[in-house]
Amino acid sequence: MKNVWQLTLAMIIALALTACQTTPEVVPEPTPEPEPEPPTEVVTQAAPDPHDYTDSRNLDNPESMLSKRIIYFDFDKSTVLPEFRGIVSAHAAYAASHSSARVTLEGHADERGTREYNLGLGERRGNAVMALMSAQGAMGSQLVVVSYGEERPTCRVSDEDCWSQNRRVEIVYTAQ
Amino acid sequence: MKSTFILFTTVTDKVKKLFIFLIVLMASEAVHAQLQIEIISGNPSALPIAIVPFQWEDATPPPINSMDEIISGDLYRSGLFDPMDTADMMERPVDEESIRFGTWRLLKVDYLLIGSVRTPADGQGHELIYQLFDVHTRERLLSQITTVGPGDLRYGAHRVADAIYQTLTGVPGAFATRIAYITATGFGADLRYELVVSDADGFGPQSVVGSPEPLLSPAWSPDGKKLAYVSFEKGNSAIYLQDVATGSRELISGGKGINGAPSFSPDGRKMAMTLSRTGNPEIYIRDMATGRLTQLTQHWAIDTEPVWAPDGKYIYFTSDRGGKPQIYRVAPTGGKPERVTLEGDYNARASIAPDGRRIAVAHGRGNEYRIAIWDIETERFTILTPGVLDESPSFAPNGSMVLYATREGTRGVLSAVSADGSVRQRLILSEGDVREPAWSPVIR
Repeated sequence: MKNVWQLTLAMIIALALTACQTTPEVVPEPTPEPEPEPPTEVVTQAAPDPHDYTDSRNLDNPESMLSKRIIYFDFDKSTVLPEFRGIVSAHAAYAASHSSARVTLEGHADERGTREYNLGLGERRGNAVMALMSAQGAMGSQLVVVSYGEERPTCRVSDEDCWSQNRRVEIVYTAQ
Repeated sequence: MKSTFILFTTVTDKVKKLFIFLIVLMASEAVHAQLQIEIISGNPSALPIAIVPFQWEDATPPPINSMDEIISGDLYRSGLFDPMDTADMMERPVDEESIRFGTWRLLKVDYLLIGSVRTPADGQGHELIYQLFDVHTRERLLSQITTVGPGDLRYGAHRVADAIYQTLTGVPGAFATRIAYITATGFGADLRYELVVSDADGFGPQSVVGSPEPLLSPAWSPDGKKLAYVSFEKGNSAIYLQDVATGSRELISGGKGINGAPSFSPDGRKMAMTLSRTGNPEIYIRDMATGRLTQLTQHWAIDTEPVWAPDGKYIYFTSDRGGKPQIYRVAPTGGKPERVTLEGDYNARASIAPDGRRIAVAHGRGNEYRIAIWDIETERFTILTPGVLDESPSFAPNGSMVLYATREGTRGVLSAVSADGSVRQRLILSEGDVREPAWSPVIR
């Protein structure tokens, strides 16, 4: 039993020492960015017109507004800012021309404020994008809003730069 | 540099695992020393008390932490007591006759607790026999026997601490209670959320439910047997109700939109919650026996975070109907909500003190969020915590402390602050992000 105690004591010391040494090293590990899209087939046809928002190839065409999926918001606000209205309109046009398309609008908030209130705020942002898309021809049955509040941040630093990236609506196609 | 760091953490983890293994090997009672408690600021007027090690007459061996250690720890954390170190005790009396009060007076102790543990006549569980004395008047303030079940010695020690607390402060103790909280560990695809229940001193953490999707808003049933919570496991928020002991659970609400912020009525027969089935978050009340829903609020604003007053006369909730989030209240039978918090830009997530007179809120000012107490009668606001991202206040069931979530760097930790703000303590989980604390009711 005495030996066990000695060993334990040694372990406590070892643990304390390693803990001391590692403490300053506790840096948030870089979050691996998930691959957003599976690789698309190489299209040999004529390149799509990036302004043709009814062309599904533009969903992955970086030249086209249709490839953009994130709308950002001001703090505690759900107004779609003028610079993002083009993206919303492009997706509304796509949904209007593809009745099979189904879109989930994921609403998010930054970490400030309470979690349940932020669930409400995320939903309000999702609703703002949904209202704009509906007004431009997308059907209500194609759109669904899911709020994640502050639970799914893309960035985990407590500063304005990071917060501004987290206040967002993500346009997610569940069917094209 | 990166690779050596990874190697290093791996070695540390192995050492930790070995250490934990040894502890388990040496004691039949597995101790999860995951939560550390650190007093950040102390109270200079704490009462000096000596908890003499208990005399052991029980058939089973003492727990890994002795009874006096657990009791002293509880009292110390309350901020109101300054327990004496056992090493400084010159005598360890076991009965009233063997107490030499003069010695304790010289040691500057005001109160003295002696006790013993024995197996009851029926052989089941343990009997804790204890007496509390005022060293100066030699008066016996408390003489009591507390019986606990087999394996409940830690719980018994918390009950003794509760009795001492009540005798000396006049307020029932809240040490023999539990806390629920959410942890998030891992990154990216390995991210995992757990709803954990532990003793109020952080010992014995047990996972109630785990999920790769977010969990939030745990709320106790008034009997302390069940927890309602919000889970995103099906891709959208849904409210579940789970029996803590058996693990059995039922889906309470999982419709379109938000299903959030569950809160039990004081009699446990109703649950208030936030639903956005109309497209906007409103407060609803569900009759738990019939499942019938009644819509309580109707406003374009975000109405959420309902919580019942202890007397059941009001439901307090957060609403931004005035432009910014503030606390409002409305009778559970309906009516026009009235605004409660009148100061500051952002007051949300109310927790009501058991006296019904004070509410703890997350109080935002600019980018700083602190826990504050709003006194409903005097309309006085007191900021309790330094911030900067403090939220989720939860009153202890005796109103003496407020548990809340705060940040250390990018990591969430739990802290508790005395209701007067004089003493703060930090409860640190060794791993992950800890948030959403909920203090259980008193379980008797």
